[in-house]
Amino acid sequence: MNKINWKLWVTVLLLVLSLWTLWPSISWFMMSKDLKEQAEQSKDSILGKILKLGLDLKGGTHLLLEVDTSRLEENVKAKDAVDRATEIIRNRIDQFGVAEPMIVKQGDRWIVIQLPGIKDPKAAKDLIGKTALLEFRIVNNSQEAGKTLDLLTSKGIKPVQFREDTSKYPEIEAALPEGSSIFEGKGSVYYVLDKALLTGAALTNAKVEFGGQFGQPVVAIEFSKEGGRIFADITEKNREKNLAIVLDGIVQSAPVIRTRIPDGKAVIEGSFNAEDARLLATVLRAGALPAPVKVIEERTVGPSLGDDSIKKGFMSSLIGVIVVFAFMVAYYRTSGLIADIALALNLIILMAVMAYFQFTLTLPGVAGIALTLAMAVDANVLILERIREELATGKTTRVAVDAGYQKVFWTIFDANFTTLIAAVFLFQFGTGPIKGFAVTLSIGLIISMFTAITVTKLIYEFLFKENFLLKIKI
Amino acid sequence: MQFFKSTNIDFIGNRRKFFVVSILFFVITVVAFIYRHGPNYGIDFTGGIMMQVSFENKLDDLQDVRKAIEEAQVTSFELQTSENLVVIRAKKSLQSQEEFEKSISKSIQDRFPDNPMQIERIEYVGPSVGQYLSKQALYAFFFAFLGMIVYVAFRFKSSLWGIASVLGIIHDVIISFGFVILVNKEVNITVVAALLTVAGYSINDTIVLFDRIKENLRFRSKEIFANIINKSINEVLVRTIVTSLTVFIVASSLFFFGGEVIHTFAYIMVIGTVLGVYSTVFLCTPLVYEWEVRRSNRLKMAIKQGAVNSKKK
Repeated sequence: MNKINWKLWVTVLLLVLSLWTLWPSISWFMMSKDLKEQAEQSKDSILGKILKLGLDLKGGTHLLLEVDTSRLEENVKAKDAVDRATEIIRNRIDQFGVAEPMIVKQGDRWIVIQLPGIKDPKAAKDLIGKTALLEFRIVNNSQEAGKTLDLLTSKGIKPVQFREDTSKYPEIEAALPEGSSIFEGKGSVYYVLDKALLTGAALTNAKVEFGGQFGQPVVAIEFSKEGGRIFADITEKNREKNLAIVLDGIVQSAPVIRTRIPDGKAVIEGSFNAEDARLLATVLRAGALPAPVKVIEERTVGPSLGDDSIKKGFMSSLIGVIVVFAFMVAYYRTSGLIADIALALNLIILMAVMAYFQFTLTLPGVAGIALTLAMAVDANVLILERIREELATGKTTRVAVDAGYQKVFWTIFDANFTTLIAAVFLFQFGTGPIKGFAVTLSIGLIISMFTAITVTKLIYEFLFKENFLLKIKI
Repeated sequence: MQFFKSTNIDFIGNRRKFFVVSILFFVITVVAFIYRHGPNYGIDFTGGIMMQVSFENKLDDLQDVRKAIEEAQVTSFELQTSENLVVIRAKKSLQSQEEFEKSISKSIQDRFPDNPMQIERIEYVGPSVGQYLSKQALYAFFFAFLGMIVYVAFRFKSSLWGIASVLGIIHDVIISFGFVILVNKEVNITVVAALLTVAGYSINDTIVLFDRIKENLRFRSKEIFANIINKSINEVLVRTIVTSLTVFIVASSLFFFGGEVIHTFAYIMVIGTVLGVYSTVFLCTPLVYEWEVRRSNRLKMAIKQGAVNSKKK
C-alpha cells in the first residue's frame, strides 16, 4: 500500500512538473505571429523557456569557419588566436543583433556558428568573415624598394601572390629591404612598406564621420592610451614620410606625416560608401581577427522550407504514433491501453526534458521521438507477452503480472542500453540535425525505462487493489 | 487478439537454408555496388554545394535551368526537380561557394525574368570538412560496434555471443547500405545516422533472444542445445514480430508522409527493421549454435583425449 502511494506520488509529481515546464511552449504555439515577433524583439523571458527548434525547422544559417593559423605572427599561439577569433566574432554578431546565436570553438581551428531565423545570411557572413586587420606602416621610399617594385611589375606578379608565399620568388625577396613587404593600394599602386608599427588592436573606438575632403564618409579612430603614445612616437620620428593605413592587406591611404600627432586620433580615408564605412567601424570596434577566417561549411535553410518540414515531419510522426497506439489497444486490449498511457506519459516527459534543458528539437529529432515511442512499445510488449506466457502455465493474473515484470527487467535494460550505445556515438559524430535525433532517441529510451516498467506496474497494482478487474484481458 | 497461439518451428534445423538467403542479400548488395559504380556519395563527404531554389510558378522545362547554370560557367552538376522546386548539386571541391551562389542565382534569374525565384536551402561543404565527416562516420561505427561487443560479451559472459550479435548488426548495416545503393540514393550524414540507428535497433532483438536462451539454458540444461534455442526463438517470436511491427509502422508513416528531408532516413529504417528481425533469428542465433557446438565438440574431444592419455600413464 505504501509502496504504491510512493510511486504514485512520484509519477503524479513528474507529470505536473512536466506540464508546468511545457506550459510556455504550449502558450507560445498558440500565440499569433505578431505577438511572437513582438516577444522576440523585446527579448521576452518566455524565449528561454520554450522548446528550442533547430535550424532545419526554424530556418537559419549554420556556418563552420576555419581560422587560417598559418599566417599568424610568430609570437602568437594558434590556440589563443582561435579563442580570440571566437570572442571577436561573438562581439560582431551581438552588434548585428541575432536572437540566440551560438558560437563555439570546435577542435583546434574551427568555429561553429549558428544563427537561427536570420533573414540575410549574406550580410552576416560578410560581417563575420571580415578580418579587419588594420595596420599602420611607414612607406619605404629607398632605392632598393623602387628596384623591387620594378622587378615585381616586370614579372607581372601581384603583391598578394608574393606575400602568400615569398619563397616562390627568391629574387624579389632578396631585393626587398629587410623587414618590409609589398602591398597594393587603390588603383593598382604598389607600395613597399616597413613592418607594422601599430595595429587595430590598439583601438578604443571607431566611428563614421563625414569629414573627408569631399564630404565623403570616413572612419575616425581613437587609440588607447598606450596606442596613442606609440602613435605619437611614430609620427614624431617619421616626419615628412608617408604613413600607410593598411586594411586587410590593402593600402587605404598613405598620407604624409606633417607633424607629431599627440592626441591618439586618426582618420581612415578610403573610397567607402556610407554602408561600407559603417560596417568597417563596427568591425573595428569589435576588434580585428587575429588571423583570416574562411567559411568551410554552410547550411542555410529558408524559413518557408522550415515551415513545410515542420508540417510534414509532425504529421507523419503523428500518423505513425496514432496507428501504433491503436494497434496496441486492438492487440492487447486493456493492457494495450495501459501501455498507451505509459507511452503518452513518455512523450510528455520527453518534451518537458527537451524544453527544460534547452535541447534542440530538429526534424530528425521529431522522427526520433516517433521511433523512440515505437521502440518503447517494446518494453511493454515484452512484459505483456511474458504475462501471457505465465498465464498459460496456469498462474493467476496477479501472480502472472508480478512474474512478468520481474523476469523481463534485465532484458529491457540490456536492450535499451545497447541502443543507447549507438545513440551516444551518433551524438558524438553528428552535426546539428542528427545530434537532435540522437538526443530525442537517448532521452526517450531512458524515460521509457521508467514509464514502461514503473508506471504500468503502478496502474496494474492500483487496478488489483481496487478490485476493478480481477481478470484483466491481456 | 493474438497472431498465433504458439509456434514450433525448427529454426536451427533449417539454418543452412537461411544462410543462403543472407548470401543472396549480399549478392544483391554486390550487384548493386557494381551496377551503380559504387555509392553515390553526397556533398557531405565529397565536398561541394547544394542549392535548392523555388520558383513562384511551375517550370515547364528543366532544360532552361540547365542552360542557365551552364552559362554561369558551372560544368559538372546535377539537377533534380519536383513541381516548382529545383535542386542543384555540384560535387566539386569548391574553395569558395560565394561566387558559385551568386553567378548561378543571377544567371537563372536572368533567364526567367517573370518567374521570381527564392533560395530555400544552401548547403556548402568544403573539402576539408568532407574528409572530416567521413572520418567521423567511420569512427562512430567502429566505436559503436566495439561498445556493443563489449557490453554483450560482458552481459553474456562470452565474447562469442558479443561477436555473433555484432556480426548480425554488420550484416544488417551492409545490406541496408546495399539497398541505398540499389535505388541510387545519395549517401549523406543522414544515411549514416539511419544506418547507426538500424544498428542500435537491430541489436535490441538479438539481446532479447539471447536473454531468453540464457534463461532457458539455466532451467532446462538437460535438453539438447538445438532444442533450447528453437524453443527460445519460438517463445519470443510474437514479441519480436509485434515490436518490429510498431517500429515498421512509424518508419513507413515517415517514409510515405514525412517529406523529402526524412525520406531516405525512413527508407533505411523500413528495411533495417525487417533485417533486424531476420538477422537475430536466422543469423546471430544459428551462429552462436554453430560455434558453441563446435566448441563443445572440441571440449569432448579434449576430455576423451585426456582420458586416453591418463590411461596410458
